[in-house]
Amino acid sequence: MQPSATHLTSAVLYLDGVSVSFDGFQALNELSLMLEPGEMRAIIGPNGAGKTTMMDVITGKTRPDDGTVMFAGNVDLTQLDEAQIAELGIGRKFQKPTVFESHTVGDNIRLALKDPREPWSALFGARNRIVSSRIDTVLETVRLVEQRERLAGDLSHGQKQWLEIGMLLAQDPKLLLVDEPVAGMTDAETETTAHLLKEIAKSHSVVVVEHDMTFIRALGVKVSCLHEGRVIAEGSIDDVSANPRVVEVYLGR
Amino acid sequence: MILTLLKDGIDRRAGIFLGAIAGAALVVAILNLGLPASSPLHVPNHVVALLGKYLCYAVLALSLDLVWGYCGILSLGHAAFFALGGYAMGMYLMRQIGTRGVYAHPYLPDFMVFLNWKELPWFWYGFSSFPFAMAMVVLVPGLLAFGFGWLAFRSRVTGVYLSIITQALTYALLLAFFRNDMGLGGNNGLTDFKDILGYPVQAQGTRVALFVASAALLALSFVVARVLVGSTFGKILVAIRDAESRTRFLGYRVERYKLAVFTLSACMAGLAGALYVPQVGIINPSEFAPLNSLEVVVWVALGGRGTLTGAVVGALTVNYARTVITTGFLAPYWLFVLGFVFVLVTILLPKGIVGTLAQYRQAREARRSSKPNGGALPHPAE
Repeated sequence: MQPSATHLTSAVLYLDGVSVSFDGFQALNELSLMLEPGEMRAIIGPNGAGKTTMMDVITGKTRPDDGTVMFAGNVDLTQLDEAQIAELGIGRKFQKPTVFESHTVGDNIRLALKDPREPWSALFGARNRIVSSRIDTVLETVRLVEQRERLAGDLSHGQKQWLEIGMLLAQDPKLLLVDEPVAGMTDAETETTAHLLKEIAKSHSVVVVEHDMTFIRALGVKVSCLHEGRVIAEGSIDDVSANPRVVEVYLGR
Repeated sequence: MILTLLKDGIDRRAGIFLGAIAGAALVVAILNLGLPASSPLHVPNHVVALLGKYLCYAVLALSLDLVWGYCGILSLGHAAFFALGGYAMGMYLMRQIGTRGVYAHPYLPDFMVFLNWKELPWFWYGFSSFPFAMAMVVLVPGLLAFGFGWLAFRSRVTGVYLSIITQALTYALLLAFFRNDMGLGGNNGLTDFKDILGYPVQAQGTRVALFVASAALLALSFVVARVLVGSTFGKILVAIRDAESRTRFLGYRVERYKLAVFTLSACMAGLAGALYVPQVGIINPSEFAPLNSLEVVVWVALGGRGTLTGAVVGALTVNYARTVITTGFLAPYWLFVLGFVFVLVTILLPKGIVGTLAQYRQAREARRSSKPNGGALPHPAE
């Protein structure tokens, strides 16, 4: 895939020839992927296909051995650390719901809201005086207003997933990376999550990694299938799942 | 700004705790100074010094709770910062001896005369000044913690690996301070103090003043710690403890928070050590022994980590028990008793004394206001 110069500037996320290996294991093998502004993209692929490693590369947790990772057309993400990348406007949800269990739901959002993040400002700055309406706006989106005063650790699994998505939204990111948001959810919760993500995608670019095909179908967006660290198929869910190569890697030879 | 922080940080329970410290300090001071030695209520001088020592340990425990209980940094070398503060104070006290040493040298401390040294080593300069020594009490532990933390946290050393290198740090200091060449009294350390700020250290009035100063330091440290953990800064510390990578991906520079709280905690421990030394009359390298730092962890665990008051309660309880037990028939078995207590606490009271009490209180409150899904849900153990 050889992108033209205009693509380089218009894509919100642009990966080209990204390779990562751990102790000889090739986690990403010249991976190339492009995301248009406002686009929601689903990423599928068998275990070990490199989905989480790709997220690690985009968010600065892992440095690629080779390749280009560009955000918003001109920012080279390989040169930045996690905090800088988060500040640029890339939010990440982990595979396992990760929230601050001993804080209330409201405080989880408070800590995520976009505001200075230095120790000094945490002590004396604006975050101590954040108005509750800002927190409520986010909690309304993720349907957790009722739970505001509860401890995050007391939430159900599904609610924790939504809280984490809410924390991402509070960061006011341009791009959201969402790793397996519906793993372990009930059917009803999965459906709610699909609605939620579609709502979020109206105003953000989103990358969703997921195994659940019903969920991907509900999202109704372009799908990329990863295998052995590269994209082997791209298109609508019907096209991708009909692709013989995809069938082969999912079912085995 | 600071007033708001104080108002938010010091709730009713914290106020009661502060009142208890002040009240106890006042009562001890009055019972010591105001009553004749013949009175049954008289508090003897050695008990005043002993209580002052407990209070210094309580400050050390508080400083450990700040990093361990709230930020998840299990320092197994925290007594090193305490000992460094103690040495800085010890150096000041040595310089106050003047010509009254055994060898009556005009300016060299006894141990240097004994080692045949002719000149005061450069790092002793300035220690005859009290303000300089006090600055060193805070700066030496603070800078060591800053340098150590800067390297460790930036390299993202966490968990058990960090604990091991803090243990190595205090052990390395132990070995260094044992050496005579170090110029700090070798294995005998610094002792035979005479005056502090012109007052004789052994005098009754000085002892009471040091005791009251220790109580004031404990109260001040508690207020600082309470305000800190009550602020957003404290919430971020807890966030780091519970989900470090989540905090990082939210855009927080975790290492800066860890560094700030670790350095502050070391300064606090240094101040505690500085008040400890004139009350016990000696500082030697055994204060750096890894066992001392491990014991602080036991105090905090016993009292309840992440509660602040628990650290103080734990330090006072264990040290009082030590005094009672080591003077009784169980004396040879003190460490077995301590170990046994620690095992029992870990199994029976994993939240420690204060943490368990808080749990009971919450359960009771929840039962009392048992409206289904009523707005007021129990708060976390503070």
